[in-house]
Amino acid sequence: MAQSKHDFIERSVGWMIVLTLLVISIGGLVEIVPLFFQKSLTTPANEMVKPYDPVRLVGRDVYVREGCYNCHSQMIRPFRAETERYGHYSVAGEFVYDHPFQWGSKRTGPDLARVGGRYSDEWHRIHLHNPRDVVPESNMPAFPWLERPASVSDIEDKMRALNKVGLHKYSDEEIAGAKAALEGKTEMDALIAYLQGMGLALQNVQ
Amino acid sequence: MADFVSGFWNAYVMVLVSLSIAFCVFILMSNMGEGKGAKKGEKVELHGHIWDETLAEYNNPLPQWWKYLYWITVFFAIFYMAAYPGFGNVKGFLGWSSAGQYDGEMTKAEATYAPIFKKYAEMDLAAVAADPEAKAMGRRLFLTYCAQCHGGDARGAKGFPNLADNDWLYGGEPDVIKTTILGGRQGMMPPMGGALGGDGTEDVANYVRSLSGLAHDSLRAGRGKELFEQNCAACHGADAKGTHAVGAPNLTDETWLYGSSKATIIETITKGRSNRMPAFEAFLGNDKAHLLAAYVYGLSDKTAAK
Repeated sequence: MAQSKHDFIERSVGWMIVLTLLVISIGGLVEIVPLFFQKSLTTPANEMVKPYDPVRLVGRDVYVREGCYNCHSQMIRPFRAETERYGHYSVAGEFVYDHPFQWGSKRTGPDLARVGGRYSDEWHRIHLHNPRDVVPESNMPAFPWLERPASVSDIEDKMRALNKVGLHKYSDEEIAGAKAALEGKTEMDALIAYLQGMGLALQNVQ
Repeated sequence: MADFVSGFWNAYVMVLVSLSIAFCVFILMSNMGEGKGAKKGEKVELHGHIWDETLAEYNNPLPQWWKYLYWITVFFAIFYMAAYPGFGNVKGFLGWSSAGQYDGEMTKAEATYAPIFKKYAEMDLAAVAADPEAKAMGRRLFLTYCAQCHGGDARGAKGFPNLADNDWLYGGEPDVIKTTILGGRQGMMPPMGGALGGDGTEDVANYVRSLSGLAHDSLRAGRGKELFEQNCAACHGADAKGTHAVGAPNLTDETWLYGSSKATIIETITKGRSNRMPAFEAFLGNDKAHLLAAYVYGLSDKTAAK
């Protein structure tokens, strides 16, 4: 009855911890770590992909706060059925300024990755006030409370924070001008500005 | 796909993947000798460790079916790494990529559908509008791309024009409809509240209502007529029948984009209106726009047109 190898491991908690950590970290080390060193994932897809201006940044935060990602994805998969409806499939380089990205995983509503320019600002306004006014069969909730002034107090801190975590390089002038850019804007203005800027970098037909 | 910033990451992935597979094989091989199993009449050997005073474990060999499954996963991993992208920069002998698969799907669809679109793209818009198959295609396109604003029945909503009637902002000729779809439209009525003043605005509103026979104050309408000719006729025309070139609506018919109530008309005059139809050329391309234009052209009842 020789002492088997797993017998040894099972009896030494220290070895058990070390070996378990090693085994479960391999997957992440192979699949996640190299992603931070791939050009297609860390550089903008083209010159159209730019950091959000202050108004769109605030709009994006409204989008996150209201949980839009629960029903709307921002990720067009490379299938004809999707590109016919939404436009060119999404590529990683379009999301380098998204912290965090809003890809989502559920589509109760349509994908929004290329909603920019598809509707007029006025359409968005009516639609956010009451989606049924323009799309009678819609089951999207109404968001009338967005007609209130957008919060400006923390915009400078937000931009500085993004300068630390991402590829953003907001200049001091841009940060100083952020509050002025948001002057008189409602949350709905900001959200619409964000939506109208989405996915313009790539288009179907050139 | 792998476009690493340096060759190190290529080697990093390759080494870790190779080690993982080799380690799996090693684990299996090193345990092959474990446990002898019992021959007939013998008792199976115990493993040697005992918990809770009496709880012991038989030292049976690994089950055959499990061993075969394990080997299959190892061989599958090696095949997968050789066939598909994933092993560092190796593209895989199958040459598969998600973009390539998409392009293949598109090429196949192009072969099926391009001839149909081409056939209609070469036809005159009025002829396309009369074709039942083109109409069915146009309807499906309309429901996908246009219904969000103009409605599934194309009858529009407040601020979004009804496409099924005979009243057109920019003109209802087939080519004009196609131009609208491809290039979009930017409708702009300037605010006139400042120029007209509160009283003047009220007068013009009464005049505008009188044009289509709605209830109005005739004294005010009379004053409004003069103001209209000075301030509004440049776009809406002296006869107020509108100008297609600038998208100024006809004010003498019964079609209202924003509403015909006096309050709405006063709001329109005071604040102006700005309306935009997005351009669809880059998104839809010429062929789909052609079918859509024909479909929209076919919606209105031509026999009722004057």
